Amino acid sequence: MSEMEKARAQTDFSDKPLCLSGRGVTKVFGFGDKKTVAVDHVDFDFHEGEFVSIVGESGSGKTTLSKMLLGLSNQTEGEILFQGKPRDIGTGRKKREYWKGIQAIFQDPFSSFNTFQKVDAVLLDCINMRGGKHLSKQEKTDMMTEACNFVNLKFAELTNKYPFELSGGQMQRLMIARIFLLKPKILLADEPTSMVDACSRATILDMLLNLRDETGMTVIFITHDIGLAYYISDTVYIMEHGKFVEFGKADEVILEPKAAYTKRLISDVPKIHEEWDLSTVDLKQDA
Amino acid sequence: MKNTLRQVFHSSKFVAGFVIFVAIILMMIIYPLFNPGNPLEQIGVGTFAKPGTYVSLYDAARTKTDTLRLPDAADNRIAAALTDEDRVAMVEWFTLMGADISDLDTADTDAMIELWHETYDPTARPKGMTNAKINYYKRLNNAIMDLGAADTITIAEYNDEGVLEESKTILDTDYVNTKNVANVKTLPLGTDNFGRDVLKELVSATGTSIRIGLIAGIVATVIGLTFGLLAGYVGGWLDDIIMFITNIFTVIPSFVLLILITYSLGQEQRGAAVVATVIGFTSWTWTARSVRSQVISLRNRDHVNLSKLSGHSLVRIVVMDILPYIASYVVMAFILQVSSGILAEAQLSLLGLGPKTTQVPTLGLMMNWAMLYSAHTNGSWWAYFPVILIITLISFSLNLMNTGLDQVFNPTLRD
Amino acid sequence: MGKVMLEVRNLKTKYVTRFHEDVYAVDGVSFKIEEGKSLGIAGESGCGKSTLALSMMGYYFPPLHYMSGDIIIDGKNISGLDPDEVRKTILGTEIAYIPQAAMNALNPTQKIIRFIEDVVRAHQPKKDKKEIRAMAEQRFAELGLQPGTLDKHAVELSGGMKQRTVIAVSTILNPKVLIADEPSSALDVTSQKMVIKMMRELMEKGYIKSMLFITHELPLLYNVTDDIMVMYAGQIVEKGTAKEMVFDPVHPYSHGLMGSILVPEEGTRGQKLGAIPGAPPNLKKPPNGCRFAERCKYATADCRYTSIPEKPFGDGRMYRCLKGVDELKEVYSGE
Repeated sequence: MSEMEKARAQTDFSDKPLCLSGRGVTKVFGFGDKKTVAVDHVDFDFHEGEFVSIVGESGSGKTTLSKMLLGLSNQTEGEILFQGKPRDIGTGRKKREYWKGIQAIFQDPFSSFNTFQKVDAVLLDCINMRGGKHLSKQEKTDMMTEACNFVNLKFAELTNKYPFELSGGQMQRLMIARIFLLKPKILLADEPTSMVDACSRATILDMLLNLRDETGMTVIFITHDIGLAYYISDTVYIMEHGKFVEFGKADEVILEPKAAYTKRLISDVPKIHEEWDLSTVDLKQDA
Repeated sequence: MKNTLRQVFHSSKFVAGFVIFVAIILMMIIYPLFNPGNPLEQIGVGTFAKPGTYVSLYDAARTKTDTLRLPDAADNRIAAALTDEDRVAMVEWFTLMGADISDLDTADTDAMIELWHETYDPTARPKGMTNAKINYYKRLNNAIMDLGAADTITIAEYNDEGVLEESKTILDTDYVNTKNVANVKTLPLGTDNFGRDVLKELVSATGTSIRIGLIAGIVATVIGLTFGLLAGYVGGWLDDIIMFITNIFTVIPSFVLLILITYSLGQEQRGAAVVATVIGFTSWTWTARSVRSQVISLRNRDHVNLSKLSGHSLVRIVVMDILPYIASYVVMAFILQVSSGILAEAQLSLLGLGPKTTQVPTLGLMMNWAMLYSAHTNGSWWAYFPVILIITLISFSLNLMNTGLDQVFNPTLRD
Repeated sequence: MGKVMLEVRNLKTKYVTRFHEDVYAVDGVSFKIEEGKSLGIAGESGCGKSTLALSMMGYYFPPLHYMSGDIIIDGKNISGLDPDEVRKTILGTEIAYIPQAAMNALNPTQKIIRFIEDVVRAHQPKKDKKEIRAMAEQRFAELGLQPGTLDKHAVELSGGMKQRTVIAVSTILNPKVLIADEPSSALDVTSQKMVIKMMRELMEKGYIKSMLFITHELPLLYNVTDDIMVMYAGQIVEKGTAKEMVFDPVHPYSHGLMGSILVPEEGTRGQKLGAIPGAPPNLKKPPNGCRFAERCKYATADCRYTSIPEKPFGDGRMYRCLKGVDELKEVYSGE
């Protein structure tokens, strides 16, 4: 075991205060015959400073769940608790208050930016949102430079640039800089690396880990890639058809999976040290 | 932004449309500088003067003359006196009189006149010929007899005692230089039924019609954009209500609605601006529907979600995060609305429901006047054809620009 | 050494933008695939791997333009052929091409058998429907697909099933080379496994002679292909067998790429990921020297100005770096 691995394996989050939890959270689309249960009575407890991955294939309901966690859509049933208290986002004012505590990075960097706003405008907006409107121009620039340094971008080179002039990886890093300025309690990252190349992916994952370590925020990482979830998270939730079939510490879930679905998922992923067994595949089935 | 403009001006269609439109606008601005005055001033008495240069006979008679001996002057004079119509009538007479016209050339004026002298009989009463026609032939005969009868024209003026006194004799070799004549007026497109200069009227009407189109386009785009944005972004019951109203406006034929509204307003209430507003008010549905569908697809984009998470207000999200994305689309819709506004005004005016006729000319009103005074049946093409040409050019150029923009902004059409 | 099925020699192609600027997307690529072998191309988005696939098929429709080089399929040089001619005589019989979104190419309102009729009749117009159906049924049975699929519409099939059907349809005329460009990236892991299994069956049963597989997912490439080439900024930077490339990469770029592999296996959590800062160069004006120099942490001033040829080493391997193999390995082991 390397030192890094030891350090990360030893952390136990169960005695840390709760940050976001859910009891019987359900989302149903449609009525009657056309009813689809996208998220089906899920319970979860995310602790402060925990790096949580929610792993599921497409259609498992992970994106629907993320929308509910963010408060962009309401749950049909169940209760979401924010810092131990039931979450109330009934009015616009309360929603805005909630959103000071939770922020997101989305999958597609190209659609995450308003292409008509320059990079500085994006970052300035974050400073203003954190109540930094009264700060002097120099102080604001210093803050933006610090945020860009954190994600290895050069602020001086970015001023007057539009987000689409950057590469996908740079855009996602700018997104992390945005989170760095906002410093929310919770960061929800919805497949932030699925559209960037492997080298940029490594950079972004490292930055997310640094961000967590530096600010102590809870990171909820949504992904379909179980190898990635294993690398980055403390706790893994496996989602199938709107339900959590298994959850626990990353080592336990990935190396000694108990649920049949998790076992299948892990065996279906190509690996580099183990043989990828194709003999069990039945082509007659329509997965 | 700079790149977008560069792309727009790379589209040959847009550039062609733009050049035509700018040429029309320039004509609208420059022509009145050279030819100022009220475009509705009735300069002519009588209807439909032909296009051409008009020389004041009064002034010409008093202008210093020069003598030119031109060999074909006499022939030209005779040829000009006998119109094509007259020649046809003459041939008709020859046939009735049983003359041999087998090798007669109607363009040969000398031969025609010779044959006329041989065959014309003022006392003849051909069967079935009306008195009017007989009188016409008498007048024609007098005119032919006058040809070449006199070599001079004598001008007489009343002297102080009220007696006519010869003041000037004009020879057939006398010419005046038009530059020396005090009053020469060129009417490139003649006059209309009220005796107005058609070109001046046309330039002014083009301006008014484009203004009507712009007002109609702005009204339609503002209403359509507001409804589309609200319905698309807010959704829910507001969407239902707005779409209900939009659907009602869609199923009622907008032109019928337009006719009913303008008719109920009455002639006196209808200024150009009022008609334009009414046109705009009946044609916003298309913009509303398409803006709504665009906004619905934008509403779920991540940058809108992020903007929400940043705590921005609805107005700010709509203006900053949605509007810029549909701006190119709205501009295209606006161009089409302008074009259809100009056409709608023309249609309304043609039906007699256009703006008040006493204030400003519009393209539609010019067509209406030409139609009422049968310009199309009496061959006065200059009263309506240039109007049709301008309407076609305006809507052609606007549509070209629209197609050009579509090619730039719609990635599926890019080549 | 087996018979060479596909050979590409010093291929250069370019895109022409709307503003008449040239983008050199494939810049001097050479490789061979032998009969019964599969070759993988890895690289990040925009490195030219998809363009290379199109170029190899002679599919030159604007804005893509051929510049120079040879493409030889089973001894027949197809470079310089008219793209329409290529579509009629090469695609389907010599080369089959499966893009990432192939499954969306099926018209949802038509039955699968109609596509097969289209494909077969395009090359063998005289075949009647019964013969084609018999042929299709036999092929589907051998590949383990349900024959009932033939009478289904595309909308009735799941994404993975559609993708497998497209592969079965496009290889029905036994093309010599199958080019698959990210054929399973849009699919779930289970469907991905089925797609790969089917492609392997096609190879084993000899319906296709060799395969070119393009993807950015390295663990997948490692499990599917015999050899791997790494592409960067329009050029091949390293070539070797799958095992050599994953466990013993030489070029600094491949080294970084292989270091970023994430799999659910013990030890992954502690690994240090091979992150490479910066972005690839602009291919409108490719750098004179090493194209990776800007991002390479081992680069010296020489790297930026010296044009670097493909350097062979080991057992049929190749790399494109100024430094020697041993020198690089020493640097890596010191980290």
